Amino acid sequence: MSDHHTPADDSPIDDSPIDDSAADGRFVVDANPANSAVNIAAAVRSGARSATEVVEQYLARIAEAEPAIHAFNLVMVEQARAAAAAVDAKVAAGEDPGPLAGVPVALKDNMCTRGVETTCSSRMLEGWKPPYDATVVERLADAGAVIVGKTNLDEFAMGSSTENSAFGPTRNPHDPTRVPGGSSGGSAAAVAAGFAPVSFGSDTGGSIRQPASLCGVVGVKPTYGAVSRYGLIAFASSLDQIGPFANTVADTALALSVIGGHDRRDSTSIPEPFPPVLDHLGEGVEGLRIGIVEELSGHGLDGFQPEVLARSAEAADALSAAGAKVDSVSVPSTIAGLSAYYMIAPAEASSNLARYDGVRYGLREDGPNTASMMAASRTAGFGDEVKRRIMLGTYALSAGYWDAFYGRAQRVRTLMINEFEQVFNDYDLLLSPTSPCVAFPFEAKADPLTMYLNDICTIPSNLTGHPAISVPFGTNSAGLPIGIQVLAPLRGEVAMYRAAQALEEVAS
Amino acid sequence: MSTTVDPTAPTGPSALAESSVVAEPSVLPDGWELVIGLEVHAELATATKMFSPARNEFGGEPNTNVHPVDLGLPGTLPVVNAKAVELSIRVGLALNCTVQRCIWARKNYFYPDMPKDYQISQYEEPLNIDGWLELPSGSTVGIERAHMEEDTGKSTHVGVSGRIHDAGYSLVDYNRAGVPLIEIVTRPDLRGPEQAKEYVEELRSILVAIGASDGKMEEGSMRVDANVSVRPIGADELRTRCEVKNVNSLRSIGRAIIYEGRRHVDLYESGDAPIQETRHWDEEGGRTRSGRSKEEAEDYRYFPDPDLVPIDPSPEWIAEIKASLPVLPQQRRAALVAAGGTAAAVAIAVARDLDTLALAAIEAGADAERVLTHVANNLAVDGAADLNPAHLAELVSMETSGALSATQVKQVLAEMVSTGGSPTDIAAASGFEAMDTAELETLLDQIIADHPDEWQRFVEGEAKLQGVFVGQIMKSTKGQADGRVVNELLQVKKRS
Amino acid sequence: MANDDVADDGPPDPQLTRDDVAKVAQLALLNLNDDELDRFTGQLSAVLDRARELQAFDVSGVAPTAQPYPLVNVFRPDEPDTVSAVREEALAAAPACEDGQFRVPPALGEQP
Repeated sequence: MSDHHTPADDSPIDDSPIDDSAADGRFVVDANPANSAVNIAAAVRSGARSATEVVEQYLARIAEAEPAIHAFNLVMVEQARAAAAAVDAKVAAGEDPGPLAGVPVALKDNMCTRGVETTCSSRMLEGWKPPYDATVVERLADAGAVIVGKTNLDEFAMGSSTENSAFGPTRNPHDPTRVPGGSSGGSAAAVAAGFAPVSFGSDTGGSIRQPASLCGVVGVKPTYGAVSRYGLIAFASSLDQIGPFANTVADTALALSVIGGHDRRDSTSIPEPFPPVLDHLGEGVEGLRIGIVEELSGHGLDGFQPEVLARSAEAADALSAAGAKVDSVSVPSTIAGLSAYYMIAPAEASSNLARYDGVRYGLREDGPNTASMMAASRTAGFGDEVKRRIMLGTYALSAGYWDAFYGRAQRVRTLMINEFEQVFNDYDLLLSPTSPCVAFPFEAKADPLTMYLNDICTIPSNLTGHPAISVPFGTNSAGLPIGIQVLAPLRGEVAMYRAAQALEEVAS
Repeated sequence: MSTTVDPTAPTGPSALAESSVVAEPSVLPDGWELVIGLEVHAELATATKMFSPARNEFGGEPNTNVHPVDLGLPGTLPVVNAKAVELSIRVGLALNCTVQRCIWARKNYFYPDMPKDYQISQYEEPLNIDGWLELPSGSTVGIERAHMEEDTGKSTHVGVSGRIHDAGYSLVDYNRAGVPLIEIVTRPDLRGPEQAKEYVEELRSILVAIGASDGKMEEGSMRVDANVSVRPIGADELRTRCEVKNVNSLRSIGRAIIYEGRRHVDLYESGDAPIQETRHWDEEGGRTRSGRSKEEAEDYRYFPDPDLVPIDPSPEWIAEIKASLPVLPQQRRAALVAAGGTAAAVAIAVARDLDTLALAAIEAGADAERVLTHVANNLAVDGAADLNPAHLAELVSMETSGALSATQVKQVLAEMVSTGGSPTDIAAASGFEAMDTAELETLLDQIIADHPDEWQRFVEGEAKLQGVFVGQIMKSTKGQADGRVVNELLQVKKRS
Repeated sequence: MANDDVADDGPPDPQLTRDDVAKVAQLALLNLNDDELDRFTGQLSAVLDRARELQAFDVSGVAPTAQPYPLVNVFRPDEPDTVSAVREEALAAAPACEDGQFRVPPALGEQP
């Protein structure tokens, strides 16, 4: 228990309603420190606030603003109230309600919640209720968190804008004419709009970090294997990781401390506890060697918006001023990341999504024989982007092409891993923008390849397994958020969080 | 001691003839030979499945031994069963394989009894490679690999009777999905149906001996597919082969191989050639049938399973497992051969689990050939394994010394098995005294005196009258006279 | 298949044809209409064209990475866990079932 103790903010508890939308139609919420997970948990644990009162505050906010944002596929009103009541009962009985006691959380709708629809925003799983909870869901419940709903995503986590959802897109709370990013757009928007202080998404090629950047919130992809994938509906198995969104760096650290660590139901789970990030948050960046990745800072790849690069340079300067040793470093293999990723991820996805065949669960469209029934079901159940990636992946694995596509991509991946290992000999952390651009209007990137370019900065760390965090660092002149990415070596979350905390302090 | 054979005992291999014939006649037209490789899938004797903690149990209500992992539910992940790995290493070692670092691969194809529409198996870098198995008849079969994989579910077709165009439907049970399997693949070293059956029997006895599988073909815990091709005798090419599936018994294996081999020869001899395909054995029709409508081989798009990590068995673990292996059938046969037995007789003794008894009796001084003959002909009964080897040795010595006749030996042996007594005691109690030759001679003289005419005619050459005198002697001694001694005496008296 | 010692393969087939896409769709059990075939062929070609940049890397002697965090020998004990048995819930979620089994149309052809 005491491992998760974080000094609560000293500001008085503020029960007033959350700051409402700005006059220009944005729904962004000012991050009131009282509404951080750290503070809510402390208040509920001490009895200063009740979990029920907290959840009602957030449910009211959701009722008010959700129709305009569409962050959720499902708001779990009754379940949330019941969970909050259970937390209050524990507190009243003098029992330990857990480190996230009473904290409302939202879950990306690709995490299995027993008895509650888990759809992956796909017609294929519309109405499907898993008979089991994901490990992360179990850990959150054990920690006293109150699940308020399942958030929208690009179908089966394939996309960078949440426009690929079969149930309609989510809108960016900073500008409802623009996308929130993806694929975890719903979870990012939920935190940005004040629907929950913490939410969870999954990151395969940047699907937590990119929407975090576009929505102006903190988003983290931990080291591959640090958080259990059991119960996360798979997209690309060697790339997927679950991670948190929040308004503060500290909240994401608390969230990861709760959900991270070894799980014996996941063979790829690192057999260690999660690194002790909460203990080192405030240690600053004095002496840390930080490298700005040249290729991801406008010196190799095109398509970076000037204001994004400007904020990125400012972030580097800020870290330097805070005592870090900052300079540029070239990591050439990052340029190949996109191509390698778009061979590997679809290949794994084509296999992971084969099970959706209408036999045991999900959508079924009948046919005279099983093959035609399966084909009819899959054709009706999957959207275009999912079909594209399944076909791309099937092609990359097929006889005659395996060596040239999938095989080669996995070998270039090794080259990338080796190169990063070399770089991390000379640097403790790496820095880059999270996304080459700010939130874009709906349908602005209809061409798939153009859309894929959104992930150029985030993809390398999925391929290598490194942890990475996106910290909001200012906006462009139109007020659209820009995020800065910090990358660390495998299991290097402690150093990563020190830099993230330092950046947050400068940005605020 | 003379080691003459009891003329009344059947010679040669007995009931297990099928599995231990050394040379087999060709089943193909002149000039052609069979080239056969066998793939055997055996269910491993674990408590739980390969990747989930659901029970590994035969029978049971449909879909009761299933875990979310076995239904391929979204979000589920496989975790390897340590016992399945241990048993697979046992199999590899028993088959003289190299046990190596290995990885898991996904074999991708759609079928309703496949919960994930891919099977987790091993493709490149399997656990066991490059082994061999020695057949009882003496030849050696190369083992290319023995790898681990998970079993599929089972679908049952429900036909709706009476309606010609109603194709019915299928019902799928996933109890078997995820059961751990080991797939053992031979090199194409087998040359005939008898050899193939011998291989299957020997493999089965090894799997059972090491506790890896119960090897019950009738329950499906051991399944055999045969890869069959033919070629001209003397050629060393490998021609197009067909995989024959659904051979559910030893008998089917033999029949299917013969049918398929002849089918290939017929095609070649009529200017055609077989196409590489999977075929199914139709037991009732006595023929193989083409299994697929398309000519292309299925593209399984194998790739390393990203949900699983490599298995790298340490030398210590392998050594530990190796040390725990029991004595294998081949070693048991070797011990008996070293003690003087022939390959065929030794094979029977081991197959009947009577080799320990035989070896002990031989070591106690009994003649090897006599012991093994008794094992083959007279000891295919319950309780034979509990015979006291010293008693068996004693009996054999009474037999070879002539103290007991052939008939008496059989009776004493039978009683030894049922009562556990010593041959001397049993013989005495039954009044099986060795008949004094002098006594016999006196008796014979009496009979000759009683049948003077027959005797005269026998002496003058009517050899078949010998039977009269033998019969009389046997009648008056109640069968206790030793036939050989009687015949000798008659010959002596005839000449004198 | 993947082999470190295999001589570097030449560039893959430069043009992804409509036929290729049709074949792949069939392998993946996806029915595409003509419009989709045309559209997807163009879109997938673009991605594959970009993937050709991977050919520029010297991967000789480089093993493929299947997992970014290297683990080996992850096992579970051979102990049954009946707590997670999910028969009723799974059958309830089935599109069609009968007698405790999942019901499907008849399969053409045999289990490979």
